[in-house]
Amino acid sequence: MRTLNILAVIFSSAVLLSACSSVKLDDKAPVVENAGSGVPGGGADARSVGTVTTGSTDPLNDPQGVLAKRSVYFDYDSYTVKDEFKPVVEAHARYLSAHKDRRILIQGNTDERGGTEYNLALGQKRAEAVRRAFALLGVPDSQIEAVSFGKEKPKALGSDEAAWAENRRADIVYQ
Amino acid sequence: MMKAIVLRTSTTLCTFVALIAMGSASLAQAQLRVEISGVGANQIPIAIAGFADEATAPQQVTAIIKADLARSGYFKIIDTGNIMSEAAPVNYGEWKSRGADALVVGSVQRLADGRFDVRYKLLDTVKSGQLSALSVAAQPQFMRVSAHKIADDIYEKLIGVRGAFATRIAYVTKAGNNYQLEIADSDGEGRQIALRSNEPIISPAWSPDGTKVAYVSFEAKKPVVYVQNLVTKQRTVVANFKGSNSAPSWSPDGARLAVALSRDGLTQVYVVNADGSNLKRLSNTNGIDTEPQFSADGQSIYFTSDRSGGPQIYRMSAAGGEARRVTFSGSYNISPRVSPDGKTLAYISRRDGKFQLYALDLSNGQEQRLSDTSKDDSPSFSPNGKYLMYATDSGRRGSLAVVSVDGRVKHRLTVQNGDIREPSWGPFMK
Repeated sequence: MRTLNILAVIFSSAVLLSACSSVKLDDKAPVVENAGSGVPGGGADARSVGTVTTGSTDPLNDPQGVLAKRSVYFDYDSYTVKDEFKPVVEAHARYLSAHKDRRILIQGNTDERGGTEYNLALGQKRAEAVRRAFALLGVPDSQIEAVSFGKEKPKALGSDEAAWAENRRADIVYQ
Repeated sequence: MMKAIVLRTSTTLCTFVALIAMGSASLAQAQLRVEISGVGANQIPIAIAGFADEATAPQQVTAIIKADLARSGYFKIIDTGNIMSEAAPVNYGEWKSRGADALVVGSVQRLADGRFDVRYKLLDTVKSGQLSALSVAAQPQFMRVSAHKIADDIYEKLIGVRGAFATRIAYVTKAGNNYQLEIADSDGEGRQIALRSNEPIISPAWSPDGTKVAYVSFEAKKPVVYVQNLVTKQRTVVANFKGSNSAPSWSPDGARLAVALSRDGLTQVYVVNADGSNLKRLSNTNGIDTEPQFSADGQSIYFTSDRSGGPQIYRMSAAGGEARRVTFSGSYNISPRVSPDGKTLAYISRRDGKFQLYALDLSNGQEQRLSDTSKDDSPSFSPNGKYLMYATDSGRRGSLAVVSVDGRVKHRLTVQNGDIREPSWGPFMK
């Protein structure tokens, strides 16, 4: 019996919690108004309620936005940010300039080939290249720390070109 | 109980021998497996009698001594079914006719205070005389060390170089996201866990007095250098500057550590006190300077630098300043380690896409490739300078390999589950 009661509590809590939406208040969030036409007179229509959905529009959390891209990929033996990733850097630089309280960690990685410590330094070169790109766009060092994982934390396991390419990468991590 | 397959040797062929140690069941972890695949050019035939009364002791010292000497590559163990205490009379002629140049006899005795006293004699059958005698008394949990000390004495008296059997090694194991920094005896027995983490641990380095290990941990989501006292478990942050902190190397007096820091942009070599104070920058280039290593006399630092394009090994004064290039063959030379006598440099070189262990004679620039594998990493000299331990791949898993500096003696240490990597050979201790 006690199990049933506990289950009932858990179930009803879950139902209650799912019924709440998480609303993040942001004073810059635009308020979406229902632009419906004026409803004439009484009757059932006057009692209808239209749902307005609002919430924070922190672009950082938009899965479709450019800020959802957090990785810069590098060619073999290369430590410069390719043109195709400049838009990603620029977008994050704009966000950081608009949100001076946010900080990022840039984590550099290498593929698995080579020595542990030397690869740590090569990964650092990649992180540093991205940091420099941010600096050129006006983001101060107080908002960025460039670090390296070398070959210690590969995202792709495997010893083929595809895995190696996936691991030659710098990630932008918001703190 | 040890199961040994008799070693047949010739000076040109190496035969494979598997020595599987099935020691006492007191360890929580599986044993490291030892596989011998190469022996020295000359092997001294030595007979080792069973030590009297050793059956009652917690460790079978005869088996440990035999395994140490066999693994060293310089001894041919002559089978003897005898048990002989050091007090028993010896028929030298009989042993000489059995092919033994030397004979080891001994006994084990439990003392009133609970310690075990191991006594032994090393006898020369050719000269019909005693070469050495030793007695080591220790608490039961240190009996393995007593056996290793006797093997060290035998090695030193017959080879002329101090033995390194009673030393320890540090290394990292990885199984999924579980990383462990472990300490074991030089034969892989007695594994103990010093640090457990769900983030990588790299570059362990023993303090000169053998009580502390420096290492790099990623637990703070970035590489940070720690020093851990193995006995007290106390951890000190030695370097957590902005950016990456790595590659710790102790000065011979244990007072300072050389490290690689990226706090000024790219990775450069610095020196810092063991408590993290008094940071001093030593290198000053626009490239990567890393992997600093103090020489045994504390006067120089060897390090990896790509100032000439690709990574090569350089040497500078321990006070910093101008650096001299040391490696000139191949386009990729990293991980310098200098022998205790300062005469040999070990390093990893990439040739034809393979990463292999090399040794360089610093007096004449002659280099020698020491391995036949292709993913070698992290070399470490034994404290007597005779052997190098390094990490390599065996099949799909990482394992540790040991090779003599002349390339002849070879054996491997593997663990059943997970990778084993980043070895560091500990110093001589009392």
